[in-house]
Order: sequence, then C-alpha cells, then structure tokens
Amino acid sequence: MRLSIDHRTTYRFTEPQARVVQLLRMTPRNTHDQIVADWHIALDCDARITEGQDGFGNATTILYIDGPVDRIDLSVTGEVVTSHSDGVLHGTLEPLPARLFLRDTPLTRADAAITDFARDVIGDEGGTVAALHRLNHAVGDRFTLARGRPEPGLAVADAFTRGAATPRDLAHVFIAAARARGVPARYVSGYCDRLEDNRPAPHGWADAWIEGLGWVGFDPMLRRSPEEHHVRVAVGFDAVGASPVAGTRMGEGDERLDVAVSVNAEG
Amino acid sequence: MGTQAFDEIMGPPEREGARSELVDLCHWLQATPADELRRRQEAAETTFRQLGITFAVYGDSDASERIIPFDIVPRIFLAREWARLSEGLIQRVEAINAFLHDIYGERRILREGVLPEDLILGNAQFRPEIAGIRPPHDVWAHICGIDLVRTGPDDFFVLEDNARTPSGVSYMLENREAMVRLCPELFSQFRVAAVDSYPDMLLETMRSVSPRGCGQNPTCVVLTPGHYNSAYYEHSFLADSMGVELVEAADLVVDDDVVYMRTIAGRVKVDVIYRRVDDDFLDPLVFRPDSMLGVPGLIAAYAAGKVAIINAPGNGIADDKAIYSYMPEIVRFYSGGEAKLPNVETWRCREPQALKYVLDHLDELVVKLVDGSGGYGMLVGPTASRQEIETFRAALIAEPHRYIAQPTLALSTVPTLADSGLSPRHVDFRPFVLTGSKGVKVVPGGLTRVALKEGSLVVNSSQGGGTKDSFVLMDDANAMTQSMGGMTQSIGADGMVQSLGNADLTREVR
Amino acid sequence: MLSRTAASLYWLGRYLERADFIARLVEATVRLDVLSSRPAGEAAWRSALAVTDTEAAFEASGAPLTREAVVAFLSTDTSHPGSIVRCLHAARDNARAVRTALSREAWSAINGAWLIFDRRVTPLDSTATLGLVDKVKAETRGFEGAVHRMLRNQTTLFIRLGQVIERADNTARLLDVKYHLLLPAGESIGGTVDRDQWTTILQTVSAVTAYRWLYNDGLQPANVIDLLLSRAELPRSVAGAIDETVSILNSLAKSLGGQGEADRMARGRHQRTLHTRTGDVIASGLHQHLEALIVENDQLHAAIGRQFKFN
Repeated sequence: MRLSIDHRTTYRFTEPQARVVQLLRMTPRNTHDQIVADWHIALDCDARITEGQDGFGNATTILYIDGPVDRIDLSVTGEVVTSHSDGVLHGTLEPLPARLFLRDTPLTRADAAITDFARDVIGDEGGTVAALHRLNHAVGDRFTLARGRPEPGLAVADAFTRGAATPRDLAHVFIAAARARGVPARYVSGYCDRLEDNRPAPHGWADAWIEGLGWVGFDPMLRRSPEEHHVRVAVGFDAVGASPVAGTRMGEGDERLDVAVSVNAEG
Repeated sequence: MGTQAFDEIMGPPEREGARSELVDLCHWLQATPADELRRRQEAAETTFRQLGITFAVYGDSDASERIIPFDIVPRIFLAREWARLSEGLIQRVEAINAFLHDIYGERRILREGVLPEDLILGNAQFRPEIAGIRPPHDVWAHICGIDLVRTGPDDFFVLEDNARTPSGVSYMLENREAMVRLCPELFSQFRVAAVDSYPDMLLETMRSVSPRGCGQNPTCVVLTPGHYNSAYYEHSFLADSMGVELVEAADLVVDDDVVYMRTIAGRVKVDVIYRRVDDDFLDPLVFRPDSMLGVPGLIAAYAAGKVAIINAPGNGIADDKAIYSYMPEIVRFYSGGEAKLPNVETWRCREPQALKYVLDHLDELVVKLVDGSGGYGMLVGPTASRQEIETFRAALIAEPHRYIAQPTLALSTVPTLADSGLSPRHVDFRPFVLTGSKGVKVVPGGLTRVALKEGSLVVNSSQGGGTKDSFVLMDDANAMTQSMGGMTQSIGADGMVQSLGNADLTREVR
Repeated sequence: MLSRTAASLYWLGRYLERADFIARLVEATVRLDVLSSRPAGEAAWRSALAVTDTEAAFEASGAPLTREAVVAFLSTDTSHPGSIVRCLHAARDNARAVRTALSREAWSAINGAWLIFDRRVTPLDSTATLGLVDKVKAETRGFEGAVHRMLRNQTTLFIRLGQVIERADNTARLLDVKYHLLLPAGESIGGTVDRDQWTTILQTVSAVTAYRWLYNDGLQPANVIDLLLSRAELPRSVAGAIDETVSILNSLAKSLGGQGEADRMARGRHQRTLHTRTGDVIASGLHQHLEALIVENDQLHAAIGRQFKFN
C-alpha cells in the first residue's frame, strides 16, 4: 500500500523569539515492511538543519532557527510503501534490549486500578500473543475515542478514569498494563490512514515484546495490530519520548501550536 | 568501636607511641602548644571565610553560607602505602571507564551474565538517550573521586565511587595552601608531594580529550549551575586556576551541532566542557523536556563528536549504589584480575543466602536502602534498639531486593584538635583520579573528611564534619617503584602515578 | 569575555558605586544634622531620601522622619533596594557570579564590605551605624585600589564603566535635589548662603578640598554647581563621569576592534558637555538640564547593554 502523508505544524509566538532550537523525530526509517519512497521536511524560515540518531534508534533532525521569529511553519510530506506483516516487526533498528522497556515514566506509571485491570485481562499468561490481543481489545473497548489534541502531561492513571481517550492515551494504558504484567512495551508515533483527515496530531500506538516473536505492534484504537495502514516513525518509553517535536525557544510571550495531519492511501 | 580503631599517626590501639615512620610528626604535635595550633587553625578558617570558600546549607536562611571547619593536624600517607593505594585506584577507574564504554555500547557484561540485566536496564541512572554515542577518545569518567575508608596501614576499602561530578578538590588545594602558610616547618621536615599542579593536570586532561579537528588550542570551559550552587566556589576556583571561562547554560548556544559561548565580541566555539551540572540539566531537548534549563542541542553536538563533555553524560550508572556491590565483578571482568582495592563487604539481600546471613546478624550490621541517601532508611545494628531491629527485619523480609548490608568497620582515626586538646577522630578519604586520552593519573593528595564529634562516624559537612590536609610523603630515595605486570609506575618527583599498560583498555575491549 | 560576565562586572560597578554614594550621603547628612550650628533636622533627611529616590519606600515603612530612622533605613534596612546593605548584597552577588574575573584582593574587599553587615541583625544607634558606614567606605576604597592593581583589561573596564554611569546619575540627582531644597523657586542665586548646607554637597562627593583649590572666592552656589556639573578634573563631577565614560568605551573598542551605538552616544554627550557653560545652564533652568542628563544617562545605559549583548 502506498500512503501519502501531509503533516503541517505551525507555531505562532505572541512575542518575537530570539532563537528557537527544535528536535524533530519526524523521519520514518525503512524496515522490512515499510519503504520510504519520498520524504521532505520543509521550513518557511532560515535555519541550520542537522540529521542524527538518538539512543532509541530514531532518526532525528535538529533545527537551529535564528530570530527574531514570530511564526514557524513546518511541513512534512512524503510517501511510504507498506506491506502486510501481521503486526510483527521485521528489520527495525533495535539498538536497545527489549527488557529496558519495562521501565515506567511519570506519564505511564500504572496505579492500582490499571494494575488490577491488567491482572484481570492478562492473568498469569504474561506476554503471549493471545493475552496481548485481549489487552488490546480491552483497552479499545473501555474508552470512546476522544477527538482533539492529546492533553499535554496527562498521566495514564488520570486518563484511565475518563470515558473518552485519545489514541495516545489508549496506547499509554496498553503500555502501562503490559509493563504491570512484566511485558516490555513502548510507545510508537507515526501515521495511519484509518483516521479522518486534518487530524490535530499524528497517530500513536504501542509495541509489546513477545518472547520468540520479537516486537509486535498493537493499536488499541483499531483493536488490532498495525498492518499496512501504519507508518512507524519513532519509539520511546512514552509519547513524550517519541514525540515528533521537542523544542526550546529564547524569548518572552506565549506560543500557539496548530497541527494538521492527513494520510491518504493510494491503491 | 571508636576506641578499637587504628590511628594513622599513633598506630594500632595496643601500640605505645607513634608509628615509627611518623615519630617526627608526633614530636611536632607534642612540641606545638594546643593554643598555638588553635591560633593557626583559626587563621586558616578566617582566610577561608574571606575567600568565600563556603557551602550553602539548605533550609538555613540565616547562615546561608558557612565554611567547613578545618583541622590543623594533617593526615599522612607513607610513600609505599600511597603507591599501593594508587594501583588500586587506577585499576578501579580503568574498570569504570571500560564498564561505561561497554554498557552504552555492546553490553558484553550483560550478555555474558556477569551482571543481572535488570540491575542496569531497570536503573534510572542508565540513560538510553545517549546509548550508542561514543565520547571523544572513548573516555567517560575523566574525573573520579573514590571515597575510601581505612582500618589498618594497608587496609583500604572503597565506600563509594563518584564518577559524575565529584567535588572537594578545592578543599584539597586550599587546605594545602593554608598548611604551607601556617605550618611551614612541616614541609621542611617532611617531603610532601605537591598538589598545586592539579589545575594544570586537569586542563591537560581536558585538552587531551578534545574532539579531533579542534587544533592545537581547544577552547575549554567549566559549566556551572550558577553562583547559588553549593559548590560554586569550587567551580569558579577551578576555572580561575585553569584560566578558562566559567560559563552557565545561558552562556552557551548550539548552532549547526557546534557549541559556542556568547561573548561581548560575538560567538566563540567551545570544544571541551567540564560540566558541574547534572545530566538532567544538560539539554532540555533530550533529558528533561519539561525543563527550560540547560543548553538545547548540546547532546546533538556531543553525538556529532563536536564537543567533549567531562564527565560524560550517563556516568551515573557506574557509581550507583545498586551497582557498587558488583564492582569487584566489574573490575574482574574488565581488568582480568582481582580488585586490588576491595569494597566494604556487602551482602545483597536480593540473594537468599545473603538475606539469611543478614537476618541472623542484624545486631552487628549496617543495613541500607539501595535507593536511599543521607542516612535515611538505614539500620546501624550495634546501636539500634530491639524494636528498630525487628522493624527492619520485617522490612527486609518484605522487600529484600531493596536492601544491602555491610559490617560496621572500625574506621581509622587521626589526632584532631578538639576542645580538650588533641584527640583521635574518625576520618575518610576522597582521592581524585584523572583520566585523559593518555592514561590515568592519581593526584597525590585528596580530601580528608573528619568527624569532629568524639566517636562519630559521620563525616558529612552538613552534619558537623570537617576537613584536613592530606600529605602524601615521597620516598627518601625518591625512588620509582614499578610493578612489572600492569606497568604501573609511581614517580615520586612530580608526585603522580601513571598507568601505561591499561590506558587503552577501552579500545581493546571493542 | 562572556556577555554575562561583562554584565555582572558592569552591575558590580554600579551597585558598589551606589553603596559608596549612599554611605557618603548618610555621613554628610549626619554631620549637617548633628554638627552644624543650626541643625537642619527633618528637611535634611527628607532630601537624603529624595536623592536616593526612596521617599515612597520610606513612607511605606511607617517610620518617623528622624535621624535614627532614616540612617537605619538607608544603611541596614533590607526591606527595600535603596539601602547600603542591599546594594552591597547585589554587588557581592554580581561579584560571586564573576569570581574568576576578579583578583582575590578585589573579591576580599567586596566580601569584606558585605560581611560588615552580614552578621548584624539588631538595629544600631546612629553612631554605631556611622562606624559601619565608615568601614563600608574603607572597603570600597580598598576595592578601588584593588581594581587599579588588577590588569587593565576588559574586566576592570566594565567595572569602571558601571561606576561612571552610576556616578553621573548620582551626582546629577544630588545636585538636583539639593539645589531645589536650598534655593526654592524665585530665590536669587546670590542670596545668603547656608555654608553648612553647601558644604554637605561637597562632602558627599569628596570635593571640599578640590573646591578650595579651584575657586578662590569663598563658597558660592554657582561655583559649587560649576564644580559638580562641568569640571572634569573632579572625578565625581558629571563632566568627569562623562569624560571617563568616553575613554573607557574607547579602551573597550580598542580591545575588541569595533565600536557601536554606545560609543557614538557617549561621544555625542561628551561633545555637548564641552560646550556647556554653567552660567547658561543656571539661567535657562538647572532642573531641566539635570533631568535631561539623567534620562540621557539611562539611554546610554541601555545602549551599553545592547552593544555588549548583556541580555
């Protein structure tokens, strides 16, 4: 399947900024089941741009923007050819041991409610394919889908008490529950064409480690494993660690962020 | 406990008179009236206050800056004691460097099952963000402070490794300057190795690890959290004595993966950063997205090999309390031999046999939380009540993996000027070990901390501890001692010990 | 030099100069109040508050307008930024931030001045406070000496730059307030002279001897104004500060190999002072002239910040 992606981000600052430095995790890598045919990161202002890779194996881009700047338009466009994989990852760059992803973070720390939930769904089965699919369904069934941008800094324990959840929060619940049962799990940010156009955020789902199989993707929003409809871009302990943009600015005032993501399948 | 200790000048408890090598010092102590010693001590403390050698005490707003008490009686290491100690220190620091190189690279030590995987991967001090980055010249722990205790002439034990931003070196230097000024007679009587070349050694170490392509004159800076930091005096002192800029995060900018400092004449490229700030505050893009502190892009510049960061980010995994008890295994794994400098014997309660022993001997042991600090969550068996012991027993059985236990050691003492005159007080020791691209050097001196309260084992400056000068004596013959195997040589004249054999150990490991 | 370092040195210079100025002002006012044949009383203390721009803060403190209260307020009161202790604290804070750039001697002087107050918690009577003020003056003199013994480099230039910018402001304020107080509108300048009052002004800027050297015809208000405003030979005169600002900025430009807006502004100001005659100023309105000077000085301060990238 050929997926074309259009991801536009606009920052507006109420005061001109003297300097902006941003770390982007916005470039997908080739894997066995995903070939990046075309990819562009475009910026509407002068900047020095360097490419690198972080400890998790994500491709990174650093933007060094000199001020005064009161608006930044960042546009990411590209085409990725995907193939069917049953959710099992092949050919991804994996510099770190899977068991590292048992570690929790402030955003993904399971509380008693999530721990109980995980025990009820997974039982003593641990990281089997069947148990994790049960978890994936249980998480997806538990919430209605919240539209709109994920609430910054929302911890999974709080998200768990709500009726509606964004894809990010669903993935966080899955990750926290899996880790609570001793299954390494991580956050994946990327794109999916099974969502409406002009979404206010890229998509997010989870990977879980299954002994003997390796990393397997789970998308609780779709209640299934990602297949050819997903494009993986970055992984991390949680959504912040895998987030497309981390930025700092030197200057006064507030900022406003607008994001529009569209993904279309072409045949 | 206190009365049974080995005294470093007077010798073992049963001995009459001073250790034979230190009879002269004993004479000096006897010949100098206590009032005169006190006068000199007060003169030194006045100088420290005037110079602003202070540390901040948190939660103490009135006297927010205090000096650490200084004791006029030096602590002395004989040349042969020092040579042995240095070998152990070099071996340990080389192992720490090799361990860091491995753990952020291949992780051979995990694959071969020497350390439990979860001990590293589950430890917050292991920083996956910087995994795979190789620091310039593969040096990680450029400046180590190894905390030691002593129980006999050659019986040293490592209490703690400090491979992040060990402090205290300014006390070593200022204490020496005070001693030279106030007790010059001691320096004509004893051949004391000089420590005043430390800033030069440090600068040399920094320059030696500058990234390739920086030319002959790399720009080095000291990065401080700012002058409200409790160790600010030391940061400024070191920058001052090396003749380099003392910068704060706001003084640095990264552009195009190159680090610059902001000067009145524009940007100046920076090649080597001796940082005295924690990893968390190095780069908000990488470590703490919620923090605005730090230098955005610094880790990108580091990953691109454009700047050396001293000590390397991620080093916390090497000096973590949970790792400490495995140091003998770590030293063995990387050096191929037994650790010359032992740990304090440590029972890891996560291991059933150790737990059984600890539970059977609670009244003799010190039990500590692996993730505790500052004496919190600690049981000192010999002084604990029945009730306290039983409370700990229950805690140990419930969560054994969170605890380690150690014997209570009879820490050595050194005569110290107390209100009633000279009296033995317990001491510990932090020597400083520098690692550059050309090998490992031990500075012939260090920071001696002394528990000023009689019988106390607590040397922390925040809890009534003081400092002493630490003399390392040079051989009369000024001889070079060489050990063939490791090619460790101790060169008395310039007062430093170099290891040549294992300097490139990290490179061989790859 | 780091921009932040330069900023700290500059502020160190300003705050230390301000502490020294307040110390002199307090001392001269005490003399005026206590020693003169006709004690000036409340008016003298009100004017001291006016010169240091602390009237509102003093009123807010609720203290009575007495010698003891004002002396304590201007010396040891930590509740407002216009006291000697707060200026010394700010000076030391800036000095700590640039500890590496200072000589030990210079640091010791600043730290010494700060320590004079650091251990005081109880209020003091005015004699004891005067003792403190004297010690502060001694330490700031010690600092000046230490700066002179330091390398003549950018470090000392930025400290001195802060000092002369502060000095121009302080002297202009002193002149403005005292002139108003002593010669209310409408009164002729040739009227009866209150010797003690005018001497106070000279004492505040350490110019009693200088005045005798430069003017032969006794204590004349016009001469005092001339000395403080236009005689560059007197270091604490406005003209002296303006003169020195240009030469310090010149030295900085030479060491950096470039000039900027602060240089142009300082030179323009200098040119105008050269052509200003005290008599004309008095005739056309001293107050307006001094006000304009203070505003211009603030603008130069801002230009210096921009030129050397203080922020």
